[in-house]
Amino acid sequence: MQNVSARRVLIKALLIFLAANLLFPVFSSSPGKGAEPKASPSLYNFVFPGRQRLPYGDQPDLAYNLSLFDLDAMFASHIIAAPKAEDEYRVVLLGDSSVWGFLLEPQDTLSAYLNAAGLSLAGRQVTFYNLGYPTMSVTKDLLLLEHALAYQPDLIIWLVTLESLPRDKQLSSPIVQHNPVPVRTLIETYALDLDPADPALENPSFWQRTLVGQRRPLADFLRLQMYGVMWAATSIDQYYPPSYDSPQSDLEADDSFHGLLPPTLQASDLALDVLQAGVQMAGEVPVLFVNEPIYISQGQNSNIRYNFFYPRWAYDQYRQVLLETCQQKDWDCLDAWDLVSLGEYTNSAIHLTPAGEKLLADQISQVTFKK
Amino acid sequence: MSLSHLLVFVILSLVLGRIASARWRGRFLLAASGLAMYWLQPAIPIRHLDFWLPTATLALSVLVWASTAPGVEVDEDKRCLQQRQNRITALTLGGLVLVIALLRYTQPLCCLTPTIPPAVHQVLLALALAAGIGWAARRISGRRPWLHALTLFLLAAFVVLKSEFLAQAASSGLRLLNGQPTATASALDLRWLGFSYVAFRLIHSLRDRLDGRLPELSLEEFIIYILFFPAFTAGPIDRVQRFIQDLRRPFRLGLEDALAAGRRLLIGVFNKFVLADFLAIIALNAVNATQAHATGWLWILLYAYAFRIYFDFAGYTDIAIGLGGLLGIRLPENFDHPYQKPNPTLFWNSWHMTLAQWLRGYYFNPLTRSLRMIKQGQSSLLPLPLIIFIGQVTTMLFIGLWHGLTWNFAIWGLWHGLGLFIHNRYADWSRPRLAWLDERPGLKRLSELGSVLLNFHFVTLGWVWFALPTPALAWQTLLKLFGG
Repeated sequence: MQNVSARRVLIKALLIFLAANLLFPVFSSSPGKGAEPKASPSLYNFVFPGRQRLPYGDQPDLAYNLSLFDLDAMFASHIIAAPKAEDEYRVVLLGDSSVWGFLLEPQDTLSAYLNAAGLSLAGRQVTFYNLGYPTMSVTKDLLLLEHALAYQPDLIIWLVTLESLPRDKQLSSPIVQHNPVPVRTLIETYALDLDPADPALENPSFWQRTLVGQRRPLADFLRLQMYGVMWAATSIDQYYPPSYDSPQSDLEADDSFHGLLPPTLQASDLALDVLQAGVQMAGEVPVLFVNEPIYISQGQNSNIRYNFFYPRWAYDQYRQVLLETCQQKDWDCLDAWDLVSLGEYTNSAIHLTPAGEKLLADQISQVTFKK
Repeated sequence: MSLSHLLVFVILSLVLGRIASARWRGRFLLAASGLAMYWLQPAIPIRHLDFWLPTATLALSVLVWASTAPGVEVDEDKRCLQQRQNRITALTLGGLVLVIALLRYTQPLCCLTPTIPPAVHQVLLALALAAGIGWAARRISGRRPWLHALTLFLLAAFVVLKSEFLAQAASSGLRLLNGQPTATASALDLRWLGFSYVAFRLIHSLRDRLDGRLPELSLEEFIIYILFFPAFTAGPIDRVQRFIQDLRRPFRLGLEDALAAGRRLLIGVFNKFVLADFLAIIALNAVNATQAHATGWLWILLYAYAFRIYFDFAGYTDIAIGLGGLLGIRLPENFDHPYQKPNPTLFWNSWHMTLAQWLRGYYFNPLTRSLRMIKQGQSSLLPLPLIIFIGQVTTMLFIGLWHGLTWNFAIWGLWHGLGLFIHNRYADWSRPRLAWLDERPGLKRLSELGSVLLNFHFVTLGWVWFALPTPALAWQTLLKLFGG
């Protein structure tokens, strides 16, 4: 090898490296770039079966799943990205970890039980898709709904609970914070009562959008594809600990809720405008809101609080506010708050056992049919 | 070795390779290797053991040098010069250990070791003890019983470290000495970084001294050979005769060498930190072997394991060779496309080559030679196939047990030993019978391709024993791979 050519190799390598870094932000579909959902290349639904729930996991090596923030890649790995059959009536389920199915195997989630019911509507097979995601924020749900609409749903079932509605919860979800541009666009488009200049929605800098800056999202994307093998081989997509604690039954005598004190919870304290934006975004596609079941404690101070999350006064008033809003805006709503008995919760006041999910699925399918 | 370790080593090697003069090169390499040994040692829950284990490596190396170094030099001037140089090296090593120990007083900047080093008076006592033993060893240098005893000691240490039961017992003993609870003692407590490779190099030196093949080495040269930081953790296992030639050769890093080394480093980093680490996500292990519900996907997990272990190990070798290149040391190759080989014999000539060569030189050849010497009249008492069988099976058993004294590693060794023997017999049988294939090149190529595929699957199925912790699970997995 000649010294001259060696220097040329070094210079060329440096130039290519620089060019690749500078051009990457222009062509990439990184979260910082734009708001429009885009098709993402994926081995799922092609080499591997699509996932039955969105990728999420804190212990990838045990769960064969991981949390990433590239919504396009997340949706491309989901079974919803498979082509829609002509006779399919597509229903998407939005919500938090209770919809996603924390501690539940894929066949025990709400969507799985709804699918197991084998429902059909006007000769079309009703298929339910689990688009729940484990953090509590309806803005996070709205962000997912925006992507879900690209997959032609015929009905949206949106499970909500009070904890996902306070204003201070809206931008706290990591997936919201890692998608600042689309979230800001949502805030502006639907005039949401959220601050688009909130520090949580910091735009990635130019350097963060370069190839080097995007190495973590890129690695996550590749890891998601690799975990497809494990998903195909084992059908496991979360880590199931051998034991866990039941929901807290003895509660503190604290009646505050996100800085609010009795006696009154105002509608304006809750991000109902985000729900309204969802209905508006869905357009012709009907939306059914379900107030999800909660654990109603019978332990110490249960006269003050229903559970770890909710003081009774706040939750009771929330139900009233939701009911009035549904009536005023002519939304389809189902209040299932006390549907599930105490013994059918796993490790939190909203996480249901398979039997609890089945009960909720039966209730929802009845309502869906009635409508 | 992490990417941050590697980055520091690359910078250090570039600087050493470029600026160190011939006079100082040895000193720098000695210091760098010594410091790297302490820096790479993982944390151990037994108090101060992550300081004492590297120190023990150093002490053992000095002891073996003292025991193998030739006696009195005829030329008085030369002897004086050598003694002076060796004394300086010994003092440098002692100073290095002391400096590392003194870092305990630099908190919060402390330390080079993963936990705080022991008190200085303990270190001084240990250094004095090591110096005393070294001095005594120097008096009996070259005596055969002593060299045999040292070899046996190294083998015994090896057995303790590789046996879960003995390692746990040793951990309990050390915890007891330290006043720590013994209930949590574990075999993993004795993670003596690099010992497997250090032991091979030390035994190689002892054996070659016994056979009169060990070149004359200064203490500095010997320690650099044993602890050379690019090859310290994962080989390759170089021979001292070859290593010393490069070490003594004047070297100044030029652009051409730097590029060649850089290319090798990049290949190594890509193999280890991209390919191997990504394949690790899906590689067969004790958990996913039971979770996989479909035969086809289980094969994928097994293939992933086969390539993961290759890219991981070959990647480390590339990195070692690349770093060595920056320092002017051409470390030997360890892999040569092993999965493209058509039979087990060629596979073992291209997989972990330096280990296979070491065992061939120090175990297989002497063993088969001695078996052939057992004679009845003019002819050998044992038939040749039996000698080959004993040689190959026990060699592979040794390689298996080198990874750990478990049934699974033993079965893996036997798997390959039997594979080698069967291939050896088949090759003898088929050579004259398949000669006609030479006239049909197309068919021959097809047959070679079939052999490669067959051999790859033989090796890959062998990994099931290697990857899984118990024979029962491995057997169950093998059955599952064939639809059972």
